[in-house]
Amino acid sequence: MNDLPMLNYDVVVIGGGPAGMAAAVRAKKLGLKVLLLDDNDYLGGILPQCIHPGFGLHYFKEELTGPEFAARFAKRLVELGVDYRTAARVLEIKNYSDLEKVVVFSSPSGAYQVWTRTIIYAAGARERHAFEIGIVGDRGAGIYTAGEAQTLMDIYGVMPGKEIVIVGSGDVGLIMARRFALEGAKVKAVIELMPYPGGLARNIMILRDFDIPLYLSHKVVEVRGKERVERVKIVKVDENLREIPGTEFWIEADTLIISAGLVPNVKLLTAIGVEIDPATGGPVVNDLFETSVPGIFAAGNSVIINDLVDYVAEQGELAAEGARLFIDKEGIPTRRWIKLEKGENVRLLVPHYLSGERDVWIYARVSKPMENVEVRFPEIGKKLRLPVVKPAEMLRVKLRREEIAKARDGITMEVVPL
Amino acid sequence: MKKTYRFTCIVCPLGCALEVEVENGKIGEVKGYTCPRGKEWAIEEVTNPKRVVMSVIKVRNGALPTVSVKTAEPVPKEKIPELMEFLSKLEVDAPVNVGDVIAEWHGVKIVATRGA
Repeated sequence: MNDLPMLNYDVVVIGGGPAGMAAAVRAKKLGLKVLLLDDNDYLGGILPQCIHPGFGLHYFKEELTGPEFAARFAKRLVELGVDYRTAARVLEIKNYSDLEKVVVFSSPSGAYQVWTRTIIYAAGARERHAFEIGIVGDRGAGIYTAGEAQTLMDIYGVMPGKEIVIVGSGDVGLIMARRFALEGAKVKAVIELMPYPGGLARNIMILRDFDIPLYLSHKVVEVRGKERVERVKIVKVDENLREIPGTEFWIEADTLIISAGLVPNVKLLTAIGVEIDPATGGPVVNDLFETSVPGIFAAGNSVIINDLVDYVAEQGELAAEGARLFIDKEGIPTRRWIKLEKGENVRLLVPHYLSGERDVWIYARVSKPMENVEVRFPEIGKKLRLPVVKPAEMLRVKLRREEIAKARDGITMEVVPL
Repeated sequence: MKKTYRFTCIVCPLGCALEVEVENGKIGEVKGYTCPRGKEWAIEEVTNPKRVVMSVIKVRNGALPTVSVKTAEPVPKEKIPELMEFLSKLEVDAPVNVGDVIAEWHGVKIVATRGA
């Protein structure tokens, strides 16, 4: 592969979704020579298929649909003259030294290698599929992830089925329930494993709008239908998520939609030994979203599954600032990293390391819903009260530079009842 | 007769828990909102629920076979099936730009949210 044509950049952004586009735009504005690579045929990542509203309320102070949000960033990218390639699949990252990295990609115009000083990895996430959540049975047509169904309907204009059962009451599942109902399909049930719904409160309204039954503490265990899905078997679970014998029932449906959460895409990162946090599934990062490999930054859903695109874009911009600093100083100059630890009722959080040299947004998720709580960082004496926390809703808390600097070793984040 | 409606505000992603009291067809106390838009929406949700509708329509000779659209304003909930029927019959030629008005339905503009 050494004889491939060689390109030369300050930063290669992998992924053309909101994190990657925001990173590329900011990096370009900061004076870096940027190349953005995306394996899809168009920019925007999954946004062009997210035709519903709810995007950009923080970032643009107005409510946009996914395609509109993507179009705004794509326009900035083009106006600034950022180099980008679509239909470009990154095959390999090589990390020769802190300031010497090579990204190998193939594209319709041929394969290339890019010599670069930094990389911003913004490859997003993949969906969990039926076999990952313990569904057994036939493998007939009619089983899709929610995102696949969304691509079919909202990009290609193809209806995946008529009688639908949806697994998972997260935002994606609920939004697809509405799309199916609007397009005239019968959504027979939304099945949720947990005793509470997984989506944002505003999306739970969809169930009421379309009279769609929600089964909490239930799971789909089996699917039957040789040629095409014919029926799915549902069972109730107890508080330990164990199936309760004798509670099984069948729902007739021709389509089963799996909306069982997202997993960060980290294959290219693990291949070069980037440390992964088992809780987030994404890389361990510092407060500039730099991974454990110097000069490789990450942002967006490939780091932590976000619920708002605004946070994804924010992380992309921060990673770009990190890349600029890294190039200027030939490495992030911080000498002392303060570890941010998970305390009571905190399931996951990023960033994992704080410098105390800058203000930081902490993104976290709780393990269980709670009302009237206090978010505490005991080592630095910071507290804030919240009326309600839910696993489905990401907590975003700002720690100021002076506050972080107070810590001796680590800082713990805990969410405790008042 | 006094009745209390409880639902979630969908004006923005905050998702405030709203409560609207209705007595003899008249709106009483509204609780739970955190902004004036929320209060207004709560009252409308009880008296005349409306939604902005998003869908895709067919596009000829575009990079993709569909273009995504939204209604420029919320439409009455009970009219949505009729609107969907209308949208399903539409077909436009590329090029389409974000923000183009593609059609009008009972005075409501149908706006493209994606280029095609």
